[in-house]
Amino acid sequence: MCEHKQIKKILVIGSGPIVIGQAAEFDYSGTQACQALKEEGYTVVLANSNPATIMTDHTVADRVYMEPLTVKFLTKIIRKEQPDALLPTMGGQTGLNLAMSLEETGILEKYNVKLLGTSLDAIQRAEDREKFRSLMEQLNEPVPESRIVHTVDEALDFADEIGYPLIVRPAYTLGGTGGGMCYNKKELQEITRNGLALSPVNQCLVERNIAGFKEVEYEVIRDKKDQAIVVCHMENFDPVGIHTGDSIVVAPSQTLSDRDHQMLRNASLKIIRALEIEGGCNVQLAIDPNSFEYYIIEVNPRVSRSSALASKATGYPIAKIAAKIAVGLTLDKIINPVTGTTYALFEPTLDYVVTKMPRFPFDKFTTGDRKLGTQMKATGEIMSIGRNFEESLMKGIRSLDIGTEELRLKNLTHLTEDELMDRLLDKDDERLFVIAELMRRGKTVEQLFAVTKIDRFFLVKLESLIRLEEELMNDKFSKEMLKKAKKLGFSDEHIARLWDVTVDEVYEFRQTKQITPVYKMVDTCAGEFESETPYFYSTYEEENESEPSTRKKILVLGSGPIRIGQGIEFDYATVHSVLAIKEMGYEAIIMNNNPETVSTDFSISDKLYFEPLTVEDVMDVIHLEQPEGVIVQFGGQTAINLAAGLEKRGVTILGTNLEAIDQAEDRDKFELLLQNLDLLRPNGKAVLTKGDAIQAAKSIGYPVLVRPSYVIGGSRMEIVHDEDELLAYIDKTMDENNKHPILIDQYLTGMEVEVDAISDGETTIIPGIMEHIERAGVHSGDSISVYPPQRISDSAKQQCMEATVKIAEALEIKGLINIQFIIRNDDVYVLEVNPRASRTIPFLSKITGVTMANLATKCILGAKLKDHGYESGILPEETEQVSVKVPVFSFEKLRSVDTTLGPEMKSTGEAIGYDKTLEKALYKGLLASGLSLPQQGAVLLTVADKDKEEMLDIAKRFYELGFQLYATEGTAKFVQDRGIPVTKVEKIGSDKPNVVSIIKDEVVQFVVNTLTSGKQPRSDGFMIRRQSVEHGIACLTSLDTVDAILNVIESTTFVAKPMANKESAF
Amino acid sequence: MNKRQLVLEDGTVYKGEGFGSQRKISGEVVFNTSMTGYQEIISDPSNCNQIVVMTYPLIGNYGINRDDFESVAPCMNGLIVKEACSYPSNFRNEESLDSFLKVHDIPGISGIDTRKLAKHLRIHGTMRGLIMDQGEAIEPIIHALKNMPERKDQVKQTSTLKPYIIPGRGKRIILIDFGVKHGILRELTKRNCHVTVVPYDYGIEQILRLKPDGILLSNGPGNPTYVLDVMEMIQVLLKKYPLFGIGLGHQLFALACGADVKKMKYGHRGGNYAVKHLESGQTHMTTQNHGYEVVKESLQKTDLRVTEISLNDESVEGIKHNTYDAFSVQYQPESSPGPEDMSFLFDEFLQMITNSQEKNEVDKHV
Ligand SMILES: Nc1ncnc2c1ncn2[C@@H]1O[C@H](COP(=O)(O)OP(=O)(O)O)[C@@H](O)[C@H]1O
Ligand SMILES: Nc1ncnc2c1ncn2[C@@H]1O[C@H](COP(=O)(O)OP(=O)(O)O)[C@@H](O)[C@H]1O
Ligand SMILES: [Mg+2]
Ligand SMILES: [Mg+2]
Repeated sequence: MCEHKQIKKILVIGSGPIVIGQAAEFDYSGTQACQALKEEGYTVVLANSNPATIMTDHTVADRVYMEPLTVKFLTKIIRKEQPDALLPTMGGQTGLNLAMSLEETGILEKYNVKLLGTSLDAIQRAEDREKFRSLMEQLNEPVPESRIVHTVDEALDFADEIGYPLIVRPAYTLGGTGGGMCYNKKELQEITRNGLALSPVNQCLVERNIAGFKEVEYEVIRDKKDQAIVVCHMENFDPVGIHTGDSIVVAPSQTLSDRDHQMLRNASLKIIRALEIEGGCNVQLAIDPNSFEYYIIEVNPRVSRSSALASKATGYPIAKIAAKIAVGLTLDKIINPVTGTTYALFEPTLDYVVTKMPRFPFDKFTTGDRKLGTQMKATGEIMSIGRNFEESLMKGIRSLDIGTEELRLKNLTHLTEDELMDRLLDKDDERLFVIAELMRRGKTVEQLFAVTKIDRFFLVKLESLIRLEEELMNDKFSKEMLKKAKKLGFSDEHIARLWDVTVDEVYEFRQTKQITPVYKMVDTCAGEFESETPYFYSTYEEENESEPSTRKKILVLGSGPIRIGQGIEFDYATVHSVLAIKEMGYEAIIMNNNPETVSTDFSISDKLYFEPLTVEDVMDVIHLEQPEGVIVQFGGQTAINLAAGLEKRGVTILGTNLEAIDQAEDRDKFELLLQNLDLLRPNGKAVLTKGDAIQAAKSIGYPVLVRPSYVIGGSRMEIVHDEDELLAYIDKTMDENNKHPILIDQYLTGMEVEVDAISDGETTIIPGIMEHIERAGVHSGDSISVYPPQRISDSAKQQCMEATVKIAEALEIKGLINIQFIIRNDDVYVLEVNPRASRTIPFLSKITGVTMANLATKCILGAKLKDHGYESGILPEETEQVSVKVPVFSFEKLRSVDTTLGPEMKSTGEAIGYDKTLEKALYKGLLASGLSLPQQGAVLLTVADKDKEEMLDIAKRFYELGFQLYATEGTAKFVQDRGIPVTKVEKIGSDKPNVVSIIKDEVVQFVVNTLTSGKQPRSDGFMIRRQSVEHGIACLTSLDTVDAILNVIESTTFVAKPMANKESAF
Repeated sequence: MNKRQLVLEDGTVYKGEGFGSQRKISGEVVFNTSMTGYQEIISDPSNCNQIVVMTYPLIGNYGINRDDFESVAPCMNGLIVKEACSYPSNFRNEESLDSFLKVHDIPGISGIDTRKLAKHLRIHGTMRGLIMDQGEAIEPIIHALKNMPERKDQVKQTSTLKPYIIPGRGKRIILIDFGVKHGILRELTKRNCHVTVVPYDYGIEQILRLKPDGILLSNGPGNPTYVLDVMEMIQVLLKKYPLFGIGLGHQLFALACGADVKKMKYGHRGGNYAVKHLESGQTHMTTQNHGYEVVKESLQKTDLRVTEISLNDESVEGIKHNTYDAFSVQYQPESSPGPEDMSFLFDEFLQMITNSQEKNEVDKHV
């Protein structure tokens, strides 16, 4: 460590809000890094604007700044903290880009802050497509023929030279943002323009398309002694052309001979050495399935999503080791934390097969473009482990929590073969199931290979699984068949369908025949050395390695893959619950399947089972461990949905009991509950048929809010304005939801507030009430929420409090409860009650200082709030500071998804802002969320008639601030008539300047657009909103948001105002 | 697929399905942790007569190709896997593992809990085992295994009977063949050496007559103390020519210099062994495949010094002679399979030859 002696304080940059391409994996690596640095005795200062992370807990770093991740704010932090060094490689692309700006702007030099791990030069040579290409030429490592372009014309010239298809890859973007494949001139023009706009350095790489090659990844680590190793190699099931983040990935590589492997390994090591990286690095390669020819696709000189996956797949904690290397330790001195007896300088060897599967948001974005390409679309992922590929794959499908446990999707079964073939060509998110369906229809491996280029190795395995289904059908209740099926990962439910019996019958049969799984350890060394890792996976084999201890145990269920509506917040709560359980002296066991998260770091719990979250898989663990009970309330809807099935099999659900959960979620029971407590709620009905729906809507009166019951994130929830819209909605939704009724509610406009409370069954405390900037109608997860509340009256607060206490008592809540209210002329309506940890737990915990998940867990385990000095009611409000939680969206990744905010949640992450006043807090929050707040400029107004009156004041204020106003015909007239100068712009298609051109040409900084009514995609409004996204212009679809932004701008600028003319008064 | 089983001398039995040859055969049961390179491992003469357990569960995925052999005919006695791939996929694939093993009459068992088996061997050490059909009585088998005399002729089995030449214009290397891997020959020919491969029991006079520039003691199978009759040859050559020993060659070199060798509990077999070079302090990834090691303490009484040790168990991985131009390594610098990080040792060997030649030139003239 000699050369780093002088370093005492280190600044770590996190990756900020969660967006597609940059998710929880950076909380995992960041947390590990901070802990590793503290272990080595350094003072750690952390900057991350994402409040939902474990890494921003005060226990993880010595100083935590949840400030916007901009040069301006980081400079403030550096000036204040005077760190000796900066670790830029843990915060994803955001961290790297920031580190570079800090270096380029001379800040690091000025405050002599040393850049650790990776030099600026290395970052540039890896990230800058041009520098990277020349580096590869130096090393004579092959890259596809390509041209760096800064204009669309340059791209077209290149196309003329080498022809199509081509692929565009913007520089310094993440998740392939703005990139894509082009098969013709039009596509090339469009994608290049888009890519240049989104690249911070306005640079794109236009490259020969090598789609169809095998895509392989190497996770490499190097130390200052130039010792370098490969931690893990992974093969993509999907060939090059589909982003690794969207590909099914298998570790280790399955179809590479040792020679193929060594060739790519050598290349990867050569590259990390050339870049002189001290830490981790990810190398992506493409190899020709028919020769030794290969290409380097890209290099990420930092920990990445793949390195998180590799860490979980091998047990080797890359981020932790990388952090230690960054401060000068070397691999031959660091102990391998898994074995505890060997050194970190070695290459893990697996004796199992790991499968990673992406989780896509198209269950919510039903109109979104599902085609997969070079731009990532998945919001999260799962990992599954098995002793063969089939088992690993089938466990993976179960883990996805997408309503199927098999290689089969109901909605595909009634498609024709041609329709299926078309879907196959599209390579969309359901391709795996499309392939399976086609195999059932008799398509051969060769036929499918011809279209997909997926390696025959995998296709043959899929086919064998389909064959086995047939065998099973013809061999009901055969012990041998059941054994065979289990070894290949079939679930009881799957087998039940094939045998046409109930799951319970299969389960019983399996128990009597004693066909149960064993658990094997993940130990990095295939059993060669003795290891103590408490990290297990199930398989159907001989030896069980997981010895239950004699201690009292509690099993905590995690929340599975990250998806819209169920994000990292739930992992945060899960981790805190686990820690609390340990504090209470129990053995904490966790089950989860998300490789990105902290909860699946085996050093968090006493025991980690990396398993699917289904009743079957949980029961198997329970049979072995015999825990006191199971905690489901921190694992989001995934865990809650298991409660019934588990209790049915005699499992104790700890905390709030099942009836209570049901009372909150079952519509009728919920209504009854509120009636008995005489609390108001928007009146509404649950209906099962079209007829009833029409009746109900009539009697309630339009607009109404419709949705299926039992959903998170307001899935498929819409505001419906008339009967036609209603019928359209029902046709869309009914069939899939025949199980559960459709709910029709009166649509109430009013202020929405949200409450999270903790109860022990006797005492109920409310750490804080959060008030939303946007009125009800915008999903709570997509609204800006403010603590402490600014606008609601004390009586309203009082009513919320009383309602919460009443409900908590009635439901005998033990643990957490989340309630959303609508406040309308001081009446409080109850919107919904979630008897579980909510999205706002981390935010609220951090700003109120009440560690809610921890406290709740203690209540679940029998502790009394009284004994902790609490009594029922709202805890004293923060007076010093205001905090806001601002949603963050990933629309630029999701083509043809409508960006209008509504009752359906659309955000992928959140940022925090806190300061003395609401305006300052909002300023920070908005900035942190990626919005820029220009002090002057131009704004485009185009709002629905229903909103025009309200919009007027907004127009005025923009005008007063000196903004140029543009508006579409109707809006323009309305504004004009009221004496505010405005430029009218023509409709789409008409000659420039028109409404789209002023967006494309970036004439305006803001677009204010409200939805006409209903959701007809491809409408003009839709075009306007999408164009804004593609060009990185803020498009605001709720007037409340605009109002808030105006407040901020007004409070931060001065406007020129003439003296009021007093005389004229006479 | 008929039901087969592996019976260990301590009485434990592992049941699975047979593939490859269906014959009944015994051997020393060892485990190998390489995830790739099964073809090289199967054909590595150092595994002569052994029954090898692969810890990676899927074996045979990329089939058997015509390039990656380490010997003309594999001489291992059996292969134990979790799953043997029946539909290999790779552009070089020529035949499946099953058919290859059939042709070479090597029995295999699949469907085994190989992790359990590997851990068993880790805990109780490598032991003898027998591959046979299920159903047969095992008591007599166990008895037989316990009393089975150890085979001492593996080197004889694997070494070439007649010398042969791989012509080249570069340095003249005599390679003493104790069961050489093709990987070593590849590394030498890559450096256009003129290689003469001679039987392990070749006469000293004959070797001298070949006027070598350097001597390479190859890898090979089995217990080094069963080939002590080569001691004199090594002692003589050591004094005359630069010498490089690999694997068994390394152990024999050590013995010839008066050191001792002992059997390891379960050996080193895999592609991820960290070896530390004591002078440079550098640690590298190596491929290893050995069940015996040079006894560190025994080096004190010799003219040898330790140059490299295994990072984890500190066993001797490399030694150097204090007076003569001779060094040797326990691991496989030729890799195949495994990391190629150490292939530069062959350059060092040739460099050593050049240096000593220059030195001799100088000596002549003074
Ligand atoms: N030349 C190419 N032809 C076809 N597909 C490519 C090519 N280069 C990259 N891709 C695909 O695009 C994906 C994203 O490219 P990459 O450079 O890795 O972007 P990101 O920085 O988002 O990871 C890769 O995973 C690969 O599947
Ligand atoms: N009756 C209603 N009137 C107005 N807005 C509503 C009504 N019901 C729900 N909403 C809006 O829809 C959003 C989602 O509804 P909610 O019941 O909270 O579903 P979720 O389970 O997705 O949280 C709420 O945050 C609120 O803004
Ligand atoms: Mg990539
Ligand atoms: Mg809600």
